Amino acid sequence: MSEKSEKLIDKKGVRLDGRKPDELRPIKLEVGVLSNADGSAYIEQGKNKILAAVYGPKELHPKHMALPDRMVLRCRYHMAPFSVQERKSPAPSRREIELSKVIREALEPSIFLEYYPKTGIDIFVEVLQADGSTRCASIVAASLALADAGIPMRDLVVACSAGKIDDTIILDLMDTEDKMGSADVPLALMPNLNAITLLQMDGTLTLEEFEKAVNLALEGCKKIYALQKEALKSKYVSVKEVEE
Amino acid sequence: MPIYVESRQLVTPGDLIAEGDYIAGENTYAEDKKIYASRIGIVEYEDKKVNVVALRAFYIPRVGDIVIGTVVEVGFNGWTVDINAPYQAILRASDVLSRPFKPQQDELSQFLDIGDLIVAKITAYDRAHDPQLTVGEPGLGKITRGQIIRITPTKIPRVIGRKGSMISIIKKETNCQIILGLNGVILITGKSLEDEELAIMAIRKIEEESHTSGLTDRITQMLKEEKAKREENKNE
Repeated sequence: MSEKSEKLIDKKGVRLDGRKPDELRPIKLEVGVLSNADGSAYIEQGKNKILAAVYGPKELHPKHMALPDRMVLRCRYHMAPFSVQERKSPAPSRREIELSKVIREALEPSIFLEYYPKTGIDIFVEVLQADGSTRCASIVAASLALADAGIPMRDLVVACSAGKIDDTIILDLMDTEDKMGSADVPLALMPNLNAITLLQMDGTLTLEEFEKAVNLALEGCKKIYALQKEALKSKYVSVKEVEE
Repeated sequence: MPIYVESRQLVTPGDLIAEGDYIAGENTYAEDKKIYASRIGIVEYEDKKVNVVALRAFYIPRVGDIVIGTVVEVGFNGWTVDINAPYQAILRASDVLSRPFKPQQDELSQFLDIGDLIVAKITAYDRAHDPQLTVGEPGLGKITRGQIIRITPTKIPRVIGRKGSMISIIKKETNCQIILGLNGVILITGKSLEDEELAIMAIRKIEEESHTSGLTDRITQMLKEEKAKREENKNE
């Protein structure tokens, strides 16, 4: 591993795909891409391609899942069989079930769940092509889809990962860096409220390194937040221009 | 007491709109005397109250609203009606029958069956109970003819216009009867298919350009032009 990992970042501090350690991959965001869902969004982050769709709030089926005091948020994270190099079985894997839970819990604090009791919201995240940090990209897209569905929210949720390769703390890990690197810290944030809704760590970091990684991820989140807002607004900009 | 976002500006969920002595109105929330937006929309100030006119929202039932719904289930003593809201509405058999309902004699599907559309009024609704409907008033009941179109519920006030200016123009110009369900469903009944199409065209235009000013004038102009065009075609 040591031999391979030496190649992850060169002496000038340039990564495999030519990025600097604190540079994000190019991000493309689009809102309202699906007409059959109540809300939807699409994200391309580097080679990641992810679709998110939101249905609801609506009456929950099966009915026994409904809660008398708040909405139920359900989330399905799914990877398409063609999303990775080797065909992935379409059946939900352990990892997908876990990520569904993680994404749901990252989004839950942003929604006013108590507004519409006895109802449910369904979020579907479909990974069409995966290249590392898909949980973060999924949260960014799912949050936009929720806003597009007109669901009352405290704030948009942004997510970004940081990690460590070859003793360097880097931002926004791609697949090889995640697999060959020594640590990965995904983080989700509600920027206006300055509240972290997801923080995980895979690998080993010293306390200083961890702090550095978190700060880097927070910086990344703020950059993505600007793009997120722009994407949401751009759907209505054409309408506004007519007015002026 | 600073204002961070001016009136008529576009905000997204979580945007800080104002701070201090303000009241959180529609689609906003307050935390530590700060007012934030909770939906994407346009900011409007009403004295100390801060409102966001939502661009994306769903219909929430309110007592007294006229809605258009679809019967989705025939039950033992009433119907379940989909009113395009997070909650399904209930219509009681005794309300339709206008006499005591006898389960032994009355077959409910003879009055209303699955798929039937009704114009109804919401008589009761709160957090703990599903909305209840009535059809026992003039103008309410089963829909037998006309066309249905669905628009975003937040845009219904725009279709109505100031003091009903917009809707009365469309009604006058197209000779159609139009019932606006506040849940975003609109029923149009005209003397001919062409009249109905013209009204649908006008409503679709309003939906598309709902945030622009001077819309009423443009709709009037469009309707007159279209009518003139149709007259010409007839004469040819």
